Amino acid sequence: MSKAREEADVGHDPARREFLRLLGVAVPAGMTLCACGGPGGSGVHAASPNAFLATEEMDFIRAAVARLIPADALGPGADQAGVPTFIDLQLAGPYGRAERWYMQGPWPSGVDSQGYQLRYTPAQVYRHAIAGIDAYCRKQYQQPFAKLGAGQQDAVLHALEDGKMDLGDLPSKTFFNLLWQNTQEGYLADPAYGGNRDFAGWKLIGFPGPRYNYVREIGQFGQPYQQPFVSLIGRAPTAALAHAGDVG
Amino acid sequence: MGLVLAAALCTACTHDRDLAAPSAIKLGERMSPGPYGDIARGRYLVRIGDCAACHTAPGGTPFAGDRAIPTPFGTIYSSNITPDMETGIGDWNDADFYRAMHEGIDREGNHLYPAFPYPWYTRLSRDDVRAIKAYLDTLAPVRQAKRHNELPWPLDQRGVMAAWDGMYFQDGTYRSDPKRSAQWNRGAYLVQGAGHCGACHSKRNFAGATDMDDPFSGGYAENAFAPSLAGGARDGLGSWSEQDIVQYLGTGRNDRTAAAGPMAEVVEQSTQYMSEADRRAIAVYLKSLPTPKEASAGRVDHGTLDRGAALYVDNCAGCHLAQGQGELGAFPPLRQSSAVQARSADTLIGVILQGARIPVTKSGDPTGLAMQGFADHLDDAQIADLTTYIRNAWGNQAEAVDAGHVEDLRKTLRKSPGG
Amino acid sequence: MARRMPPVDVVLVGFGWTASIIAQELTDAGVQVLALERGAWRDTVPDFATDHIQDELRYAVRKQIFEAPERESLTFRNNASQTALPMRHLGSFLPASGVGGAGVHWNGQCWRFLPQDFVIRSHTEQRYGKGFVPADMNLQDWGVSYDELEPYYDRFEYLCGVSGQAGNVKGQLVAGGNPFEGPRTRGYPLPPLERSASTVLFDKAAREAGFKPFPCPAANASRPYRNPLGVQMGQCTYCGYCEWFGCGNYSKASPQTTILPVLLKKENFHFRTHCNVTRVNTDGSGKRATGVTYVDVDGNEIEQPAEMVVLCAFAQHNVHLLLLSKIGQPYDPVANTGVVGRNYAYQITSSVDVFQKERLNPFMGAGALGQAIDEFNGDNFDHGPHGFIGGGYVALWNTGGRPILQHYLPEHAAKWGAGWKQAMHENYLTACSIATHGSVMSYRGSYLDLDPTWRDAYGNPLLRLTFDFQPNEHKMSDFLTDQAATIGRAIPGASVHVKKRQGPYSIVPYQTTHNTGGAVMGTDPKTSVVNRFLQSWDVPNLWVMGSSVFPQNAGYNPTGTVGALTYWSAEAMKRYLKNPGPLVAT
Repeated sequence: MSKAREEADVGHDPARREFLRLLGVAVPAGMTLCACGGPGGSGVHAASPNAFLATEEMDFIRAAVARLIPADALGPGADQAGVPTFIDLQLAGPYGRAERWYMQGPWPSGVDSQGYQLRYTPAQVYRHAIAGIDAYCRKQYQQPFAKLGAGQQDAVLHALEDGKMDLGDLPSKTFFNLLWQNTQEGYLADPAYGGNRDFAGWKLIGFPGPRYNYVREIGQFGQPYQQPFVSLIGRAPTAALAHAGDVG
Repeated sequence: MGLVLAAALCTACTHDRDLAAPSAIKLGERMSPGPYGDIARGRYLVRIGDCAACHTAPGGTPFAGDRAIPTPFGTIYSSNITPDMETGIGDWNDADFYRAMHEGIDREGNHLYPAFPYPWYTRLSRDDVRAIKAYLDTLAPVRQAKRHNELPWPLDQRGVMAAWDGMYFQDGTYRSDPKRSAQWNRGAYLVQGAGHCGACHSKRNFAGATDMDDPFSGGYAENAFAPSLAGGARDGLGSWSEQDIVQYLGTGRNDRTAAAGPMAEVVEQSTQYMSEADRRAIAVYLKSLPTPKEASAGRVDHGTLDRGAALYVDNCAGCHLAQGQGELGAFPPLRQSSAVQARSADTLIGVILQGARIPVTKSGDPTGLAMQGFADHLDDAQIADLTTYIRNAWGNQAEAVDAGHVEDLRKTLRKSPGG
Repeated sequence: MARRMPPVDVVLVGFGWTASIIAQELTDAGVQVLALERGAWRDTVPDFATDHIQDELRYAVRKQIFEAPERESLTFRNNASQTALPMRHLGSFLPASGVGGAGVHWNGQCWRFLPQDFVIRSHTEQRYGKGFVPADMNLQDWGVSYDELEPYYDRFEYLCGVSGQAGNVKGQLVAGGNPFEGPRTRGYPLPPLERSASTVLFDKAAREAGFKPFPCPAANASRPYRNPLGVQMGQCTYCGYCEWFGCGNYSKASPQTTILPVLLKKENFHFRTHCNVTRVNTDGSGKRATGVTYVDVDGNEIEQPAEMVVLCAFAQHNVHLLLLSKIGQPYDPVANTGVVGRNYAYQITSSVDVFQKERLNPFMGAGALGQAIDEFNGDNFDHGPHGFIGGGYVALWNTGGRPILQHYLPEHAAKWGAGWKQAMHENYLTACSIATHGSVMSYRGSYLDLDPTWRDAYGNPLLRLTFDFQPNEHKMSDFLTDQAATIGRAIPGASVHVKKRQGPYSIVPYQTTHNTGGAVMGTDPKTSVVNRFLQSWDVPNLWVMGSSVFPQNAGYNPTGTVGALTYWSAEAMKRYLKNPGPLVAT
């Protein structure tokens, strides 16, 4: 199913499609997102417009990343910058499936210096954790996480970060660290991956994007760099992505 | 259609060589190859003529033919010039071969298509043609039947070519110009004869014939543009020194440019094997070609240049550097480049779409520095803006390029072999 | 049954830096050489092309340019009392996969080790007495001297077009260079790279603190370059994407940009990709290698006979292969006997992040663009009062400013939320980091062997790594970090975040891919796997390249020394080919 879906969705420009595939981008179709490469198709709710996340899971991600990187006077937060889209696409792809990881058992637990020893893929970590967190919030506040006030949400996030929430065999700190890592990635990675929309992350810090020549500028100590922001797919990456997603 | 009319009118102009029965092969000719000196000279001339380029199919045995040669009129398949008796030229004698080279008529009396550059090879001396044959005779015979050309009627009728020859072809061995040096004459002989430079570097008329009144002023070839070899400072060799030409033919590059497109192949397969004396002779001759009046290029609007400049900074400056100066000894400059400012931007557009690799030669660089293509990265309008900018930045000046033209070229290149 | 291929003279396991050098040298000597590479063919265009290579997420974060543990990982524990567990994904170090090996993704930091590094045991005992060396430290001399290696360092530097400033030419000190370096025959082939704002800050501060800073040697070409093989390199344009990326404009030295254009044209050289070597085969006597067995991309097991076998894979992979092939006596940490797997070592790093006001534009950089001091490397200072062995350089590297992994935040900045955002906004363009890069000695308890539980995709036991930082290393690293902090504080208006290396070694955060040992070189078959020419003591037609032969690790990036040792060994191989047999009598 996923194969056929992918063929139908990726648009009419095979060249650009190839480039985006090279980038590892699961190409969104317009503003809806194809489900190509979901983990065996299991658990993807039929009604979800997302690549991997169910609608309620996406609600959680949007609310959580909006607290991790909030919108404020310095500029857009993670939600406006497309980080939820980024995470959804990443979880739907090879990263979400832990394709390059060593995933052979047995699975004893070890010490911190030995690193990750859970049998869950990143996608499974999200699925498992979000269900647990929302269950906790419903019990505690009679609402899922997404509906809580900012203060309550921050309290939940701190509990996760401090390893204080019971998520079964998944340490809550493990999930928090993964979520925070992926949120930063989405905010600061090339906009070709669906996050960092309108260069929100790079504008915040002053990184001009991937450029290949600073021969003249490197010796101009203290001077601001003058060229505008650029992505691997040009100065208007959002437009490029929309073009790639046109259904022919 | 004009050609058909011309053919009808000019049948009388057909060459008058009688269609006598082909001469029988002389026994022993194959058994005792020509003198080694002839064979060696023949091998050299075969390199200069780059015969293998057309007479070898991709992945096929050299000289066994069967390479598809796209022409504006249809696809022509090259013939097998190994000495196979049935499918090659094993049963041709020296006179048969000379007639083909000199008059464009094969052993059976058929007029050949000028995709085979006999309008240039006709300048070759009889001795040199014999030497070429002597070398070809040493090859192992390969059985490779010739495929039918894919040409529309009436071009598939060989008689039409007789008419073509009558209108456009002038046979004749090269005659030395006594007012010029021996070196100049050697250069002219190579350029006009075996090298058949004008086959690409000249304008052609609607019938595919070279404009012999204005040869070497640049022309279209294999979806690229072979720039002018005349003395124009901007788009010709006017700003090149003799040494620049000598180096370019030997290695495919010099401080001004690097060969790209079909010329990269020509350098790798042909010109790099020329002796330095011959490369210098060619340089002396080419530097003597007249300087045409510079055509003034139209104004380019600021919006195009601004968009192009942005694309240049984003995509090109990592290697060609901010001012198009390139890196001496590594990446070719775009500033003051005749290839960049050529009458047509097709070669430049082709490089941007498909990338390029600097030729790898024996005497030059083993590296083969390469550039990626941007076909996946930039759309037609962007490539048009970028090309126009490069052709008009840093003192460059040339006609603008429009997106429709890039679109056409992109489609053509995608369809063509290796595209 | 394994299919058998036609025999070759020499088979190389792996096709990275060392294999490329060996292949170039031995094909020149006239023998048939075949390289077997487990990864893919890669070249500048299209694989590292400028239109897509600057992709931090894909290459640096998702690590798609490195080996995938999916196929072959290792297990790890800090000490023998723990159960080693698999490294599920890459972290602390990043071995390569594919033609060019780590030569594709390195930074180009191309150092020489100090003369004393090669004789560290005898030198230390002579200067500080026998009692100075801790009892569990397997410190040993290399069996080769700096003077012997000097011509080969020179060859590697000229192959790579190293940009730098000599500090000691034939015993004469040269101003502006590293005054502590061993004497070199001539200067670097290219002048140093341009300096960046942050390296200038470091330079000034280090001078004020009384040190002698110098530009780090960089295999990033400061000018277009043509090496002695005739291969051309472009000029570095300071794009800041060296480490963990291939170079798109031919300016970082790699096998692809220095050797392969010449090597691949030779008729007596061949290579095959996607061939994972699983055994070195030996004859009935066990004293002679008969070739290797590999698994191809279709899963076929194939035997490749050869007259000579050279292991050119990454450090621990060479050791893994020796253990799987049962060549040489495996190391026994309890009895401290045996050699294969013995003396695994690493490096210990720390940093001092510097926060100040001047705009630094950190994204303009190069992999080996840095300024360093060498006062505390090797035995350049009196260790007597400090009670530890070893040292390292202190440097400010301006490798790039890639936003996900190369940003620095003050110690007390909020970890997330509005405070994090504010801190990112305030510090990205102005923060920099001073690194220390310290040696790690070899110990009885640091070793490699085969894991009893977990297996790789080919059904072979995973390699097991047992390693921790020892008190000697922590002491040394803390000392180096203090020096770095002194320099950091000398930067005008700076506040610093001193990040000492604390606690046990962890396989999680990236530290360095300078893993060494396990098949070390030496003069005694009881304490080394290969002799001073890198020839196996047990199987004289088997050779081991790379940092697996380092008896312990020094305080510099290892590639320069790996390159020099490879040339040194290649010369010995040429002698061996004329007259096969052990080059050193046992």
